[in-house]
Amino acid sequence: MGVKRRPSTFVLKVNPILCDGFGHCAELAPELVNVDEWGYPIIRQEPTKINNAGAYESAKYAVRGCPRQALQIEKIIDAQP
Amino acid sequence: MIAPSSLPRLIHQTTRRPLTLVEHELTFAPSGVVIDAMKELEASGLMGRGGAGFPTHRKVALLRTQRSRTKYVVVNAMEGEPASHKDRSLIAANPHLVLDGAEALAAMIGAKHIAVCVAREFSTTINHMERAIHERQRRSQRGPVVELHTPPGRYVAGEESALVHWLDDNQCLPQYRPNRPNVLHIGQGAVLLDNAETCANVGLIARYGAEWFRSLGTSAHPGSLLVSVTGAVLHPTVMEVAAGTPIRQILEAAKADSDPQALLLGGYSGEWISARDIDLPFDNAALKTVNASVGAGIIFVLPQSGCGIGEIHNIVRWMANESARQCGPCAFGLPSMADDVGLLLSGSKDASAALRRLNEQATQIDGRGACHHPDGVVRFVRSSLRVFDDDIRAHASGRPCAGARGPRFATVPRLERGDELVWE
Repeated sequence: MGVKRRPSTFVLKVNPILCDGFGHCAELAPELVNVDEWGYPIIRQEPTKINNAGAYESAKYAVRGCPRQALQIEKIIDAQP
Repeated sequence: MIAPSSLPRLIHQTTRRPLTLVEHELTFAPSGVVIDAMKELEASGLMGRGGAGFPTHRKVALLRTQRSRTKYVVVNAMEGEPASHKDRSLIAANPHLVLDGAEALAAMIGAKHIAVCVAREFSTTINHMERAIHERQRRSQRGPVVELHTPPGRYVAGEESALVHWLDDNQCLPQYRPNRPNVLHIGQGAVLLDNAETCANVGLIARYGAEWFRSLGTSAHPGSLLVSVTGAVLHPTVMEVAAGTPIRQILEAAKADSDPQALLLGGYSGEWISARDIDLPFDNAALKTVNASVGAGIIFVLPQSGCGIGEIHNIVRWMANESARQCGPCAFGLPSMADDVGLLLSGSKDASAALRRLNEQATQIDGRGACHHPDGVVRFVRSSLRVFDDDIRAHASGRPCAGARGPRFATVPRLERGDELVWE
C-alpha cells in the first residue's frame, strides 16, 4: 500500500518491423543478443536481473547504439508475493 | 419466438440470391423478449470464428472501457485464406445477418461507424454487401454509419492490425504491437474487429439469447460452425455443423473422400492430422489432443493418391510469397524454409541436411515477427514433419512417392511474375 515497487528484472525487446539487421546490438550486448544467419537479432527471452550491472549497461548501450532505434528495455515489476 | 431451432442457422437460403431485408426479417423474426445483449453475449461463450478463437465478450468488454469519442466496429470478411470460402458463402446467403451483428456490437460499445471489409477480388461479394447496405440506408438513416471498404486481397491483409492499418492509413501491412491485449485505433477512435461469421452469430444471440445459442455444440465450444471443405471433394462446399460433430460425418455430408491420406485443419497456417484421427469431434478441446485446432473452420482433404510433401511445398512457397517483407525473420526465413521443403520433395542428396535445417529454422523463426504470419508457417511445417514423417524419410533417402509428380490438390493462387511479390 503506497509503497512504490521497484522493477527487479528487464528484457530487451526489438521492433522487428524497424529492425534492418545492422547487428550493432549483438556486438554491444553479446550476453543478451545472438544473430541468426541473416543478421537479425535473437534476443534472450528470459528476464535478466537489473542488478546484473554488466548486462543492464550493455543493454542500454545496445538501445542507444541501434541505428534504427528498434530496441527498447522493458522493465518487469514482480507480481505481488 | 420463431428461432430457427435446428441446423441451418446462419446460411438460411431458399433462393439463389441473398435474402433481402424483408425476407431476412421474416426468416429471423424478432423474439419479442427484451434481451440484455451484453449479458447474453457473455453467457453464450461465443468465440471468434476468424481462427484465433478469442472469446468475443472479453473483446467487447475491453472496448467498452475505452474512452475515445469515436469508436469503430470493423467486420472482417477479407478471407485471404485460399482454402476458405465461408465468409463469402455467408454473405452470399444473408448479408443482413452480418450487418445485424455489427449493429448489435456497435450498440454495445457505443460505436457510430461500421466498416465492412471485403477483399476487392471478390466482386460478387462486394455487390451483395453493397446492395444490403443500400437497402438498410433506404429503410432508415438512424443508427451507425455503415461503409464498405475493399482492401487488396493479400493473405496478411486480413490480419487485424493490417486491416486497421489499411482503414487508418491505406497501407495493408501488419503493425508491431508489443503489449497485448492491445486496442487498435483508426485515428483516435478505438476499433472492435470481428470476423463476419462472429458478427452473424452475435446478431442471432442479440435476438434469441444465449440459451438458444448454446443448444448446439459442446459446452466448451458452443454454437454452430461454418466449415469449408476443399481438396478431394466433389465440389468445394461450406457446411454448417454443430461444434463437436465428428470429422468423418462432416466429410460424408460434404461428399468428400472418406478414406483420405491426411487432413489439414485450420487452413494453410493450420495443422495436419493423420487419417487415424478422422473420428475425432470437430471442436477445439478434442483437437487439442492431436495438436490441432478448428481455426477458421477449414478442412482440406488429401487423398491417398496425393503427395503430402508436394502439397506442403506448394503451400509453404505461397505463404512465403505472401509475407509482407517487413520483418527479417519472416522475409528471409520463410523463403529459405520453402527451398528446404523443395529439396525434400526432389529427393536430392542434401535432403537430410535440408530436413535438419528445417527443424533448426522452425525454432529460430518462431515468434519473431510483428504479426503471427511466420508463426503460422512454423506451426504448419512442424505438424507436416510430424504427420508425414515416413514420407519425408522416404523422400530424403531418394525414393519419392508415386504421387510426387502427380497433380496437386491444395489450391494456391498463381504466383505473380514467378516468385516475385507485388505490393501496392
